[in-house]
Amino acid sequence: MVAGWGAKVLFPAFSPSLLFELNQAMSKLFSDRTSQLPDDQRIVMTGVGLTSPNGNNLEDYRAALLAGRSGVRNYNIRYVGDTHAGVCDFEAVKYQSKRDMRRGTRAGTIGIWSAREAIGRSGLDWQNVDKSRVGIYIGITEHGNVETENEIYSISQFNYDTTVWSHHHNPRTVANNPAGEIALNMGITGPHYTIGAACAAGNAGIIQGVQMLRLHECDLAIAGGVSESIHTFGIFASFKSQGALASNADPTKASRPFDKNRNGIVVAEGGCLYILERLSDAKARSANILAEIVSYAINTDATDFVLPNPERQAQCVRLALQRGGVTPEQVDIVSTHATGTTSGDNQETDALRQVFCGSGGGGKTRFNNTKSFIGHTMGAAGALELAGNLPSFEDRVCHATINVDNLDEQCALDGLVINQPQELERVDYILNNSFGMLGINSVLLVRRFA
Amino acid sequence: MTSAEIRNEILDILSDIAPDEDLSGLEDSKSFREQLELDSMDFLDIVMELRKRHRVQIPEEDYGNLASMSSTVTYLEPKMRDIVAA
Repeated sequence: MVAGWGAKVLFPAFSPSLLFELNQAMSKLFSDRTSQLPDDQRIVMTGVGLTSPNGNNLEDYRAALLAGRSGVRNYNIRYVGDTHAGVCDFEAVKYQSKRDMRRGTRAGTIGIWSAREAIGRSGLDWQNVDKSRVGIYIGITEHGNVETENEIYSISQFNYDTTVWSHHHNPRTVANNPAGEIALNMGITGPHYTIGAACAAGNAGIIQGVQMLRLHECDLAIAGGVSESIHTFGIFASFKSQGALASNADPTKASRPFDKNRNGIVVAEGGCLYILERLSDAKARSANILAEIVSYAINTDATDFVLPNPERQAQCVRLALQRGGVTPEQVDIVSTHATGTTSGDNQETDALRQVFCGSGGGGKTRFNNTKSFIGHTMGAAGALELAGNLPSFEDRVCHATINVDNLDEQCALDGLVINQPQELERVDYILNNSFGMLGINSVLLVRRFA
Repeated sequence: MTSAEIRNEILDILSDIAPDEDLSGLEDSKSFREQLELDSMDFLDIVMELRKRHRVQIPEEDYGNLASMSSTVTYLEPKMRDIVAA
């Protein structure tokens, strides 16, 4: 495969305009199906806004991932007590009044931060964007648990008198809340809704945005996922009852996918939203393009409430590759979903082995994991984990999976990048896995835009 | 509670409901809406906080009495007379 070599690397002395033309010519050499589509059916990412337990913008987040810096800390929550969590610390008042923060939800605040940051970094002339043509598509694992738990706790202090139940409860817990708060804050009058897809939701939000742009239901999509999950004790208690809540003397070591001594999930909050546009629109405004969406797939295990099914996961990965006209050998980085549970990590590596290791790929594909740094950001995970890998298109470095002191042999995947980042010759394709309970699998394939 | 204590309690509730507002120049005779960005959900918050903090019940037909600080204090005086300020 010779397609897609960066002209900047090959011809460093050429002028910007000539480089652009060379890049355009070389992009035609990409063999995937997306390259053959008309520009108004090709969808590109032109901005990203995020908050993660280890960074509040792409640059800081990427730096933390390359430096091996964890964002997991000790955490205490009502009823459950001491545990660990990935906690975000961003300047929420930059974009939202204290009054609106009090009235809304943490998921709404995370969404507003991410959306505003994404718009600010997209180069769009936001004042003059037609807000009726902007769509908001936000992936969520769950929503409303935080507020319901808070209200039940509140009435418990009043002998369960429901007359002190807050009138804010309904607008806070409707399933569209995080997307609706973004719309309110930014004056967006196009469609807004959330996509409930368990921990596959971050990818699902992006996929929804791609589909709506291709259908011309909107001209600009704000898409990705958010999570406020660390503020509900129920999620911690449920994982604990399931034997799937991580614990470690050192919180930064608690999230350890693929390690022999992993003992569960670290719950985290976070958000990551992308600005998606049709390529024709992005070109018209000379936008900086972070990546192009090549293809995607969502399927269902239909076998268990909780336990994943590696055959269905492998089918989902293959479906995304087939739709994109991309072979496993062409994929440079796979961002794994692995959460740090014994069976889940085994099942995913089994699925990846089926797709990538029997294909004669010669070990070119590299595999990494972001949850080892930040925990499981639930509805944001798919979008956030992809974002941390996007700079690889430019710096050609694959960030690692940290905290692997003793690799579990069952997870020993050829190409797994452990503990230290790895430099690659080039990065053209990144495949992003995100799976969830009730057997939902989502895969997103993106390509360096050249 | 005295009128002054009731006034302080309402100010405390307002500072929770409208944390971005400067309440130092609030004029008691002018309506809250003229001076603060309050909507119907905020007024419900005042009702709710009085219920939670002091078990004071305000029927819906009386909500109009909460238009300004002076009308609120006048309305609440007989209801909160026997409450001891914290």
